[in-house]
Amino acid sequence: MTQMTFARAINSGLRKSLEDDPKVILMGEDIGTLGGVFRVTDGLQKDFGKHRVVDTPLAESAIVGTAVGLAYRGYRPVVEIQFDGFIYPAFDQIVSQVAKMHYRTLGTVKMPITIRVPFGGGIGSPEHHSESPEAYFTHTSGLRVVAVSNPQDAYTMIQQAIRCDDPVLFFEPKRRYHDKGDVDEGLHLPNALPMDTASVLTEGTDVTLVAYGPLVKTARDAATAAADEGISIEVIDLRSLAPVDYATVEKSVRKTGRLVITHEAGQSGGLGAEVAASITERCFYHLEAAPVRVTGFDVPYPYSKVEMHHLPGLDRILDGVDRALGQPNSLSGLEG
Amino acid sequence: MSTDETGQGGTTVGVAAGGTEDHHGSGRNLIQLITPEGERISHPEFDPWVKDIGDEQLCSLFEDLTVIRRIDVEATALQRQGELGLWPPLLGQEAAQVGSARALRSDDFIFSSYRENGVAYCRGVGPTDILRVWRGNASSGWDPYTVNMATPQIIIGAQTLHATGYAMGIQNDGADSVAVTYFGDGATSEGDVNEAMVFAASFQVPVVFFCSNNHWAISEPVRLQSHVQLADRAAGFGIPNLRVDGNDVLAVMAATRVALDRARHGGGPTFIEAVTYRMGPHTTADDPTRYRDANELEDWAAKDPIERVKALLDRKGLYTDQFQQHIREKADQVARELRAGCIGMPEPEPLDVFKHVYSSPNSWLDRQQDHYARYLASFGDPAEAASQEGAR
Ligand SMILES: Cc1ncc(C[n+]2csc(CCOP(=O)(O)OP(=O)(O)O)c2C)c(N)n1
Repeated sequence: MTQMTFARAINSGLRKSLEDDPKVILMGEDIGTLGGVFRVTDGLQKDFGKHRVVDTPLAESAIVGTAVGLAYRGYRPVVEIQFDGFIYPAFDQIVSQVAKMHYRTLGTVKMPITIRVPFGGGIGSPEHHSESPEAYFTHTSGLRVVAVSNPQDAYTMIQQAIRCDDPVLFFEPKRRYHDKGDVDEGLHLPNALPMDTASVLTEGTDVTLVAYGPLVKTARDAATAAADEGISIEVIDLRSLAPVDYATVEKSVRKTGRLVITHEAGQSGGLGAEVAASITERCFYHLEAAPVRVTGFDVPYPYSKVEMHHLPGLDRILDGVDRALGQPNSLSGLEG
Repeated sequence: MSTDETGQGGTTVGVAAGGTEDHHGSGRNLIQLITPEGERISHPEFDPWVKDIGDEQLCSLFEDLTVIRRIDVEATALQRQGELGLWPPLLGQEAAQVGSARALRSDDFIFSSYRENGVAYCRGVGPTDILRVWRGNASSGWDPYTVNMATPQIIIGAQTLHATGYAMGIQNDGADSVAVTYFGDGATSEGDVNEAMVFAASFQVPVVFFCSNNHWAISEPVRLQSHVQLADRAAGFGIPNLRVDGNDVLAVMAATRVALDRARHGGGPTFIEAVTYRMGPHTTADDPTRYRDANELEDWAAKDPIERVKALLDRKGLYTDQFQQHIREKADQVARELRAGCIGMPEPEPLDVFKHVYSSPNSWLDRQQDHYARYLASFGDPAEAASQEGAR
């Protein structure tokens, strides 16, 4: 076990992948000499050379579009989109090309492309630097979407994503990049939890609280705070957003009878809606209350002085937990 | 996969191909009217375009350059003191911004990137308004229609399409104003910029593409973006181009006037490459020592856009004690205004989060706003709620 930051853990996982497979190739803006604006790729170009760790021109559509060609040629490109808000120029290549190529070619052409995206808010950035675009991609068939929440997962899941023959959108919560945690770099990948599996972080009996990426820490803190008030929360880190591991969530909700889902992305058409609907279908007779969503608002990501209102915090999550439990909450007395 | 990092050469016209020289200011068509030593040199083709710039105007340009640098220094300091979230310094690029902006008519419309704060100043945007966005207090600092300048664009190159569309509108309206768009050298790699040039050329609309080649896109040198001089890219789209010493305020003004004149008279788009240098970091979050050679900075410091005008004024006997004092007072006053305006900016209200998403009621959002208002009210003190929420 080694203590390292989230950013370092991804760096270490990337390094391992570059060592293990000569077909792995990293591309992105500023990832070489600078080591990425978050230093996630720090030192990799120095050690693996400019042909394996490639500083690209400023062209997101080209970064992803050329990865398609490299994948055709048998490479496993790992591309970095510098910030969440800059993925849209590449959107067409991702949803029309990357996602559909395997289907289109009747399974003959594989697209083992990993698209790394620092995402989410809470770092006081200007416009386009704090987005949560995951729902666009979970809505697109052919893509796998994951969001990591801690250094150990970051280390293993980046390697799993790179080894996966399907394209993977790999969301990294940028406000957690400097958080430290234990990482077992010796962990044998086949022994690690599969990438498409959710994990139960704290066991509980009253409410199931589902989170992913940056809000996993907040959700755990909420569970700790709730425990002081005698409320037992089971926290689930979704990890995979497409597909969602419903078996794990379902099992928990059958036990607790109550579900709260939280994410930074806006509510409407978000992943919370999908989880609420699917769990309602699967567990209708086990639910004691309607699933509750605690999310960002349906607004463009706000300027930094008010972003803390948009982001679900511990208290807003607990207010949602109270709603699920039918206890006094901010919406008491309101219908629906 | 590799990029030939020996520099840009290949099809470049003029200067020897292959060297990096062409990006350091001595390349083909590099229009210059004032040397780095402050000598006014004649240029038969471009002199006529600045013949109205007499002593008084020159002093006024010097004032702009100095004040803009002072705004930049002050804003950088405010960021270091935690008063601004971020700041993109324009140190070294003052002449490119002032020379072009002062060439425009007030009804010409600008679509810029985040770095053109000097252009905004020249358009009459108040210094405090320039800071609003960087402080995180608002999503835009000014009303685009009062100064005919769109709010700054962060998505690299997106604004070039907006300018081209605006110019299509000008053309349809039969007006003689011009749309001007500013972007960096890195931006020329983006699809948007290339698509903007396709439209601009196809429809021959009155738009000026003003590319500030400051040599770096964060850590990436310009040679990674292009193997020809940036100005030459325009030729492939059928767009006439000019390559100008971007640290020479007069030359930039002359070149911009040529482009504007062409646009106003139905001559269509022009691409200007202003060869300049970003002397500071990309933003206050950047560390240029990780990727940039200190000698390079030194070379460019010798071509400082302000020093050369100062030297020219000195040669002409205009750089008097009285003038210096006037400039100092003006810069001090703007700096004071900037600092007071920044610190005194009112804090936004929690429910401002919901403002301006739509221009008419939206039932989804109204419900969310109502619920959040109830949530805030459930705390005795709303300020306490705010301090407890989010970001942890
Ligand atoms: C579409 C997009 N991709 C990436 C970024 C991140 N980014 C911000 S500025 C920058 C470099 C821009 O360089 P250049 O166009 O030369 O302009 P300069 O900042 O040097 O003025 C990058 C990569 C962005 N803002 N937008």
